[in-house]
Amino acid sequence: MSFDPIRKDLQALRVTPHLVDHEQARAAHSWEAVRAELQGLPGGGLNLAHEAVDRHASGARADHLALRWLGKDGTVRDLSYADMAQGSTRFANVLRALGVAKGERVFALMGRVPELYFAALGTLKNVSVFCPLFSQFGPEPVWQRLNRGDAKVLVTTQVLYEKKVAALRERLPALQFILLADAEDDLDATVRSLPRLMAAASDTFTIPPTSPEDMALLHFTSGTTGMPKGAVHVHQAALTHFATGRYVLDLHPEDVFWCTADPGWVTGTSYGIFAPFLHGVTNLVDEADFDAERWYRILEQQKVTVWYTAPTAIRRLMRVPGEPRAQHDLSALRLIHSVGEPLNPEAVVWGQRALGLPIHDNWWQTETGGIMIANYAAMDIRPGSMGKPLPGIDAVIVKRGEHGIEEITQPDVEGELALKPGWPSMFRAYLHDEARYAKCFVNGWYLSGDLAKRDADGYFWFVGRADDIIKTSGHMVGPFEVESALMEHPAVAEAGVIGKPDPLIGELVKAFVVLKPGNAANDELRLDLIGFARKRLGPAVAPKEIAFVESLPKTRSGKIMRRLLKSRELGLPEGDLSTLEND
Amino acid sequence: MSEAELKTILLDGLRKIAPEADPTTLRGDQNIRETLDIDSFDFLSFLIALHDKLGVEIPEADYGKLSTLDAMLRYLGPKV
Repeated sequence: MSFDPIRKDLQALRVTPHLVDHEQARAAHSWEAVRAELQGLPGGGLNLAHEAVDRHASGARADHLALRWLGKDGTVRDLSYADMAQGSTRFANVLRALGVAKGERVFALMGRVPELYFAALGTLKNVSVFCPLFSQFGPEPVWQRLNRGDAKVLVTTQVLYEKKVAALRERLPALQFILLADAEDDLDATVRSLPRLMAAASDTFTIPPTSPEDMALLHFTSGTTGMPKGAVHVHQAALTHFATGRYVLDLHPEDVFWCTADPGWVTGTSYGIFAPFLHGVTNLVDEADFDAERWYRILEQQKVTVWYTAPTAIRRLMRVPGEPRAQHDLSALRLIHSVGEPLNPEAVVWGQRALGLPIHDNWWQTETGGIMIANYAAMDIRPGSMGKPLPGIDAVIVKRGEHGIEEITQPDVEGELALKPGWPSMFRAYLHDEARYAKCFVNGWYLSGDLAKRDADGYFWFVGRADDIIKTSGHMVGPFEVESALMEHPAVAEAGVIGKPDPLIGELVKAFVVLKPGNAANDELRLDLIGFARKRLGPAVAPKEIAFVESLPKTRSGKIMRRLLKSRELGLPEGDLSTLEND
Repeated sequence: MSEAELKTILLDGLRKIAPEADPTTLRGDQNIRETLDIDSFDFLSFLIALHDKLGVEIPEADYGKLSTLDAMLRYLGPKV
């Protein structure tokens, strides 16, 4: 079924968008001009936290509401830009007092509480590197990331520390300090009470010289073959956060912006922290997880104007019967965006009908650091398309050949989505893994690993992943990480893990397991394996389904053919089997 | 259905989602998802399975009212 384009009538928009004409905006764009809108440090240099909070705190927006925090229990905490500057300054002083140096890694493993935001900004003020982890990770993914990222400090809570970190301490000799955001007293010399340290810290802090190319953020993302890789981002990323906040999110000074993503994922950092703060708007943060009623209430009561959410949540909202606008006054809302996985056209159209606004899908990745291809407030939407490249971003479709890559210029032909390197928030490395980084660039293009096509009018359409990485609820899960955890179970001989398409969460993690002789394939063992994986990996990564099989399809060199597992699961043609080993 | 029977059904359902946990240690007023590490999708699967087992409609809009065992017993009790 094809969907009619959604036409935009500029006159009907309540706020005239920053980007009115896509082609013109692209032609007029320069990164130098974007840089000129930021302040820079007094002594030169560029610091992301200075631009995000200190710049506003020392100016006319000092008292403007920066962060409105909605607690699970109904508590509301309001923090102005001056408050954000003070909180982050105190955190920076805490780090300095603990001897945390420039470039050293400060991790966070916690829910969405104000301290997380102080920690993120304060870490950057100290020119240390902030690395947020999703709090639903189990101990194994937490260990992998802390270890590979050389964590020196971890900010977390008492419960998460006890549950997921305490038992890992011996395996993390470089981790010197644990700062507990909710502990009144220190546990010992290394496990400290953050509130105590914050209370004792000074309110003044001079940001040390910061080069735009200094490392600022570390975001782990999943790989197909190995363990997760840490994508390195630098302070210069501020330019992309700022520019996309303007071109795509269309932030204006009086906006109330709500990004529903958790900072444990890159969207929750680039757009849940930096883009709104760089624009000096009010950033809404809800501590609770998805709840349809609560979300509609928040949109209504907080008068959210610009909302950035995810397909999984939108599809959940679509399950709620009735007309949302009959029960909730959503009249403040003027713009809705979505990211995480392709938004199905039905959902785009549902937004138009049920919320009175179409939903604008966009595309980017952990590696790109910010939105690269998008639908814009002023541009017609083709439901199901991710839109067109941002001003300052060149995107093409390529195919890999014997001599590197070749651009596909014909419309509607599938290939790999590639970007011209050089945008400010491009990842600068995979930490400690130069070879893997180098492999992402061919003939002067960054290869995204996503398959897509471009139509004759320049709209891009997502097709799928070029590799075996699983996208579940908008998060990337590496099959290897899951297979490795399952293989630790005494009954498991082998495991192959795929993403099984799911109407709600895109794909769900499904494992095919070969048992060692003497183990019976029954429901009891299935539950035991699920529990075993959940304990190690946490609910965000562990398989939701397990199937027992006699053998796994493999190549002659012994690699599991996950593609074939997936085709068989879907009942699709099995494709090229020339490398399949006969079983 | 008695409250004890209903509670057994609830705990069995939770055990299928989070087999590594012992739901019998769950206090009536504790947040189920947080205590047992159940994500949004798992909780949805749990509620759909409950619907199939009990034949009770549980609309998505009511999910927020079902965060603890006590709340679930209160909500489902009169319907089964």
